Amino acid sequence: MAPLVTYTLRQGDRALVLAQRLLEVVTHAPEIEEDMALSNLALDLIGQARALYTYAGEVEGPTADGSVRDEDHYAYWRDQHEFVNPLLVELPNGDFAQVIGRQFLHDAYALPYWQAMTSSTDATLSAVAGKAVKETAYHLRHSHSWVVRLGDGTEESHTRMQDAIDELWRYTGELFESDEIEHELIAAGVAADPAGVREQWHSTVEATLAEATLDLPDDGPMQSGGRAGRHGESFSYLLGEMQVVARAHPGATW
Amino acid sequence: MVTDTVDLDTLDRLVRDVDDPELPHVTIGDLGIVRSVDVDGDRAVVVLTPTYSGCPATEQIRDDVADAVTDAGFVADIRVTLSPAWSTDWITERGRTRLRQAGITPPPPAPEPGVVPVEFPVACPRCGSRRTRLVSQFGATACKASHVCTSCTEPFEAFKAL
Repeated sequence: MAPLVTYTLRQGDRALVLAQRLLEVVTHAPEIEEDMALSNLALDLIGQARALYTYAGEVEGPTADGSVRDEDHYAYWRDQHEFVNPLLVELPNGDFAQVIGRQFLHDAYALPYWQAMTSSTDATLSAVAGKAVKETAYHLRHSHSWVVRLGDGTEESHTRMQDAIDELWRYTGELFESDEIEHELIAAGVAADPAGVREQWHSTVEATLAEATLDLPDDGPMQSGGRAGRHGESFSYLLGEMQVVARAHPGATW
Repeated sequence: MVTDTVDLDTLDRLVRDVDDPELPHVTIGDLGIVRSVDVDGDRAVVVLTPTYSGCPATEQIRDDVADAVTDAGFVADIRVTLSPAWSTDWITERGRTRLRQAGITPPPPAPEPGVVPVEFPVACPRCGSRRTRLVSQFGATACKASHVCTSCTEPFEAFKAL
């Protein structure tokens, strides 16, 4: 598979898998406004994933049977090892603090990353980034405000928010990794180097946790492998639910 | 089929007059999502831009525009482009008036990228009071947030600046 296809799928999978996790929470959020908020976040992420998958299909070109892969192919017809999202976004929801913590750590990364991608030399990726950056800025405001509200809230919410950040921390290192698949794309200015946004991510996280009266975790060993197709057990259940209808009724339309 | 009964100006107006499926009384021309309308032989080439990446109305709008140009005798060639990204600053004055009339506060100027906007309470679309408070950053559609007016006590939605 061409490096540009894998790279584009990594970005698309990051958005789609996070959206799927958010949609599991809808109707279970602590208030109805939050159900709407989480579904709106998911909607934006699905929109980003659709644009990226469509582009991946164009770049990949016609397959053996002459057809071009579309967004539905990538979402519904790939198996677990073919998904290349970072592990952070596939983590099970747990309590609401974990949902918000995962979203916040992701958004604080996605905003500067998409900002950097607006100057991609690839016109399609830079156009997707131009949309995503505006949406992600809004997402970050939302997840930031919840981290502060829970962290600087009651003793119970503070403890849960701290536990969530501590638990999620080991999955943040992977966000800044790049491998040989991406090095040429980075050199050519097609892909932004994720390591380049680490400082901005860290200062956003540091400032937010301070505002939320939470402790910044120490960097320990980091979990990695999602971007190479190695996923946790819970991911198979996520895919099972997401793909069951498409696979039970191939080609069905509304 | 080439028609000479509808000129480009009329076609342009027909496209821009297509109603937004989710916002009452607001046309897609008012929203500023029509990039261009051109005629190429028997084809009407219309370029649209989505408001949000995942806005579910985008496909409905594309179909409605295709119907409008087909009714005018053209073969529909509807394209969607992401760049440059749509901004709420592109909503026309007429669109802003119509939003207000529909009980939706039009958006303030879009924030500069990377700048955290200083936020003032938005004005109530009914009584004009700025004694309002944000209830939720997210409303019934991707483009709106939920507020309540503490002067007239009415809940209302406001367009998010994007």
